[in-house]
Amino acid sequence: MSIAFLLNGTPVRIEGEAPTRTLLDWLRETRGLTGTKEGCNEGDCGACTVMVTDAGGSKALNACILFLPQLDGKAVRTVEGISGPEGEMHPVQAAMVAHHGSQCGFCTPGFVVSMAVAHLNGAVDHDDQLAGNLCRCTGYAPIVRAAEAAAEVPVPDRMKADALSLPQISPERSGEAGGLSSGFRPRDSDELADWYLANPGAVLVAGATDVGLWVTKQLRDLSPVAFLGGIEDLKAVEVQGGQLHVGACVTISALREAVKDRLPSFGELLRRYASVQVRNAATIGGNIANGSPIGDGPPALIALGATLHLRRGDEMRSMPLEDFFLEYRKQDRRPGEFVVGVSFPEFAPNLRCYKISKRFDQDISAVCGCFNVAVEGGVVTSARIAFGGMAGVPKRASLAEAALVGRAWTEAVVEAAAEAMAGDFAPLSDMRASAGYRMLTAQNLLRRYFHDLAGVPVSVLEVTP
Amino acid sequence: MSMGKALPHDAAPLHVTGQARYVDDLSVADALHLAFGLSTVAHGEITELDLSAVRSAPGVVAVLSAEDLPDMPDCSPSAHDEPLLAVGTVHYVGQPVFLVIADSHLAARRAARLGKVSYRELPALLTVDDALAANSRFEQGPVVWAKGDAARAISAAPRIVEGSFEVGGQEHFYLEGQVAAALPQEGGDMVVHSSTQHPTEVQHKVAHALHLPMSAVRVEVRRMGGGFGGKESQGNALAIACAVAARLTGRPARMRYDRDDDMVITGKRHDLRIRYRAGVDDQGRILGLEFTHLFRCGWSQDLSLPVADRAMLHADNCYHLPHVRIESHRLKTNTCSATAYRGFGGPQGMVGIERVLDHVAFVVGREPLEVRKANFYRGMANADASGGDISAKMKGRARGAEVDLSSRGAAAPVGSQELAADGRVQTTPYHMPVEDFIGHELVAELERTSDYRARKAAIAEWNRRSPVLKRGIALTPVKFGISFTLTWLNQAGALVHVYQDGSIALNHGGTEMGQGLFQKVAQVTASVFGVDVGMVKITATDTAKVPNTSATAASSGSDLNGMAAKAAAETIRGRLAEFIAEKHQVKPSTVKFVDGTVRVAGEVYDWARVVAWAYQARVSLSSTGYYATPKIVWDRVKGTGRPFFYFAYGAAVTEVVIDRLTGENRVLRTDILHDTGTSLNPALDVGQVEGAYVQGVGWLTTEELVWDGKGRLATHAPSTYKIPACSDRPDVFNVALWGKPNREDAVGKSKAVGEPPFMLGISALYALSDAVAACGDGSVYPALDAPATAERVLMAVRRVERHV
Repeated sequence: MSIAFLLNGTPVRIEGEAPTRTLLDWLRETRGLTGTKEGCNEGDCGACTVMVTDAGGSKALNACILFLPQLDGKAVRTVEGISGPEGEMHPVQAAMVAHHGSQCGFCTPGFVVSMAVAHLNGAVDHDDQLAGNLCRCTGYAPIVRAAEAAAEVPVPDRMKADALSLPQISPERSGEAGGLSSGFRPRDSDELADWYLANPGAVLVAGATDVGLWVTKQLRDLSPVAFLGGIEDLKAVEVQGGQLHVGACVTISALREAVKDRLPSFGELLRRYASVQVRNAATIGGNIANGSPIGDGPPALIALGATLHLRRGDEMRSMPLEDFFLEYRKQDRRPGEFVVGVSFPEFAPNLRCYKISKRFDQDISAVCGCFNVAVEGGVVTSARIAFGGMAGVPKRASLAEAALVGRAWTEAVVEAAAEAMAGDFAPLSDMRASAGYRMLTAQNLLRRYFHDLAGVPVSVLEVTP
Repeated sequence: MSMGKALPHDAAPLHVTGQARYVDDLSVADALHLAFGLSTVAHGEITELDLSAVRSAPGVVAVLSAEDLPDMPDCSPSAHDEPLLAVGTVHYVGQPVFLVIADSHLAARRAARLGKVSYRELPALLTVDDALAANSRFEQGPVVWAKGDAARAISAAPRIVEGSFEVGGQEHFYLEGQVAAALPQEGGDMVVHSSTQHPTEVQHKVAHALHLPMSAVRVEVRRMGGGFGGKESQGNALAIACAVAARLTGRPARMRYDRDDDMVITGKRHDLRIRYRAGVDDQGRILGLEFTHLFRCGWSQDLSLPVADRAMLHADNCYHLPHVRIESHRLKTNTCSATAYRGFGGPQGMVGIERVLDHVAFVVGREPLEVRKANFYRGMANADASGGDISAKMKGRARGAEVDLSSRGAAAPVGSQELAADGRVQTTPYHMPVEDFIGHELVAELERTSDYRARKAAIAEWNRRSPVLKRGIALTPVKFGISFTLTWLNQAGALVHVYQDGSIALNHGGTEMGQGLFQKVAQVTASVFGVDVGMVKITATDTAKVPNTSATAASSGSDLNGMAAKAAAETIRGRLAEFIAEKHQVKPSTVKFVDGTVRVAGEVYDWARVVAWAYQARVSLSSTGYYATPKIVWDRVKGTGRPFFYFAYGAAVTEVVIDRLTGENRVLRTDILHDTGTSLNPALDVGQVEGAYVQGVGWLTTEELVWDGKGRLATHAPSTYKIPACSDRPDVFNVALWGKPNREDAVGKSKAVGEPPFMLGISALYALSDAVAACGDGSVYPALDAPATAERVLMAVRRVERHV
């Protein structure tokens, strides 16, 4: 295997590493760059945050669940490269010192990189930009003060250099030549289709935000494995005939950008989908194909009436997204078949997505309820209500929907539909919530939806002191 | 003068550039890497241990289990009940059973999964109720401390308020997991790098494991990536394992826990059930009170006894309890061994009495803050500070080499001290006069600056107009006792060198875990010499430089080490003054050390010049310093004495909003006024207050530890265990320091700050209780358990709505 990328502005070429070697381990163990820290080894704490630049711009990513082949042709900047060559501090570094933003200092390099990337991109939604960086010492207040202060200072030239230097790096794209053990890196979906048909037992890695943990936590061997990051034709978002067509390799960050004005409630749900670092890596195709009952993409998409597109060899087929999820971790996907994209209406004014989790940011839903009810002349003409966290698959509340359609949109009817929902689900108890809480909350989310459409404030996130 | 300046953390420039080194960042040539194989059952006899696949795994150098270590090293800081590897029986899920020594971290982790262990499962005691039913406990029975006659006072009271509630534990979630490295030296000596709050403990345990005198083991700690109590005793196992492996192989050995392993293996804050029965008058004044604390301590004793003691010592918080009885059960269960965590039982004690006051206010129908104030200790702000030095009456007794003298888990001597109160001074439930109570003034000031009353009224009005969302507000105070309750730990040493160029090297027994201790002590030292703090080189904690250190714990770091460093620096300054005074034929007391100069007899000399002269005149420029806290005396068996040198105070107002349909909740605004005496460094102190508050709110809201029915921890990673994230801090977060000097002679008249502000987070729990109460008609008390997750808040809402 051969991989080429820029590391803190200097070209590096890697040969002979296992395809699932993480960037974090390579930086620390092979390169002796120990500024990047391991806090959790699963992408939840951000201590390993690095900046990765490609044609799509500069992004913060978690190095602990980032495999070396994913970096081919890109530029990586670690905390060591955030400072200037003479050791001069970046504005966020100077502000972190001046505003007392570090205590034990262990999370600090990750914060500094996240802040430097946000600073470069002009992002000032600090709470969101830093949701993927955990700090146990400061209570965050001084870190946000530092971010605010640094926003006033210009971006150092070195931060822009990576994007300008990218043409120097030609990706190795080892392809077939690299052999199976090194990780296949297709250039387009045709290459993937042929290869996957021949290797139906292979693991497809897009963002590695879940598969990464198979390696770092379960210590699994993924061979054979394909890395999909180079497939440009699956990264498109197109609008056609009132439908959004989203390619499987579109990241959650890019999807959020595409829907935040068209479908603001879906956009807000995606704001709370994991963290910046994870959204920058994770793809909507992975979120669907993974089949998790608690992924946040599918409930919203099902409520929107999304259509899923699959490909096997040269054969394409499409289906309503809810039909893809058969039972817990089992999907209607044949060997060698992969998700190419999903289509859904561009606008849905009554769509509301509600995520219930222990922590608002960067948490997995206990219950994710998405509601899309059409009311004409006071009567419900259609209802699509889908939940995550309530069954072994993302699932519609069919009985509740039936109790609404054709009836007047009134509190009494909503109450009856909430009661009917008890027959839709038999949720489990786990560390996120009890079955009883899940059921009651799912029913209450329908009640919330009724208040919400009536303009009654229902979100604690919208209350200001 | 650098003391009192709001300087940044000394290592901040290293932190932000990635240059600050932690144990796992050290480059160690030819090192081996270790991992534990863990038990998978909560209680069972090991019937078969097949490690053949582990031994033959790639990269494995050696594998050790109980049969390889007939003289099994012990990791306990107290009762010698923690074998490094399980011997015959496992006592919790996650107990180390075997040790893999391999050529890489990953190889060790992979191999550790390959052990085949068979168990004959035994009944596992997982809960407080299990342990009570089996009478499974540490110590023979409950510890009971009493003042007055609580039972009689309660039965004679106009009203009785009683209840029981659950308080969850807390994972430390230091960002840097447990880690150690051992480097074998000539002659069998060992150097250990450990991420520990207690280098002397690690030194003692490693020496014991290797049968070496403590002098043959040197432990160095430059910094930790967070500690919070979780590195007081929980790092012992890694350091010992590394030392054993290094001794066995002759090669350096290093070990770090993967985060999931860390969370499964190591202890956490104690969870507990608190029962209370209070007799009150119609104004809500407490006439008599009984508490029962049911602590789930886990499988080994660790530091549970002093933790549970400290909970009893904080069962009063700011409130005078004329008749009180506290019964404390330390229950032994088949779960990880609960350990020290910021506050060390204090938060558990305090959350109990605040629950009582919240409940009492609800029952008597008065504003909770009024009820709280009605129960405050008598104000003593202007009282005389005399109390006499009675530490001489309580000399610790050494008990032989096997005893971990420097651990908080060590047994305290039994004394029989009675402190006479003069009648005007109210006493705590443990009969200590409360001489420094400033709660009245401090709370009055916070009420004013936070606009508490007007906001309370505005919230009530807002709630009337908001059907789904409800707000709540609460003010709770803090009174936290400062000193180790094991009296002899209240000592510290320091070592100061002045080099011939005038530069200064500082070393002391305290460890740096992010709290800024090193900078504070450097500021104290620089102030003695009248030089800039940049002249003082801060050096790693090292058992070869300063011996017999106490854990950096109990908020005592700057109090103890600051005083020791001050003493060392003053010794050197005295020699310099004497030398330069003699040259000018004046009294040494007329020599001044200010602004990097030495002023004597009208002359102004550069500091470095005087140092060079002194060196040439053969004046010693190096000194140790030593400090022992005065005035303290404590009999833990009887529950009487003056365990604390002084109290640190604070108060917080928290405003929250909840959603009555889902229980989702959020802190909107927090106002804090906290007492750190005359601050040594206001920036570092504010940082401690902000961080501790958010951590305290996390404990009581989102941080939920869940074990399944087999005793397996289900929340063993940050994906499932939720510490506060950036947006969880209050939208409006006003923190101010009280700023008045400590009436006791602490370093620079400052007060300890590490733990006390953690308990300011309790205000969030009772603000949530207030918001939940707003969902009902006032007839049902919310009775909110902790942590108040969305689920628990919703269930409390259902109670007050009388759905259940």
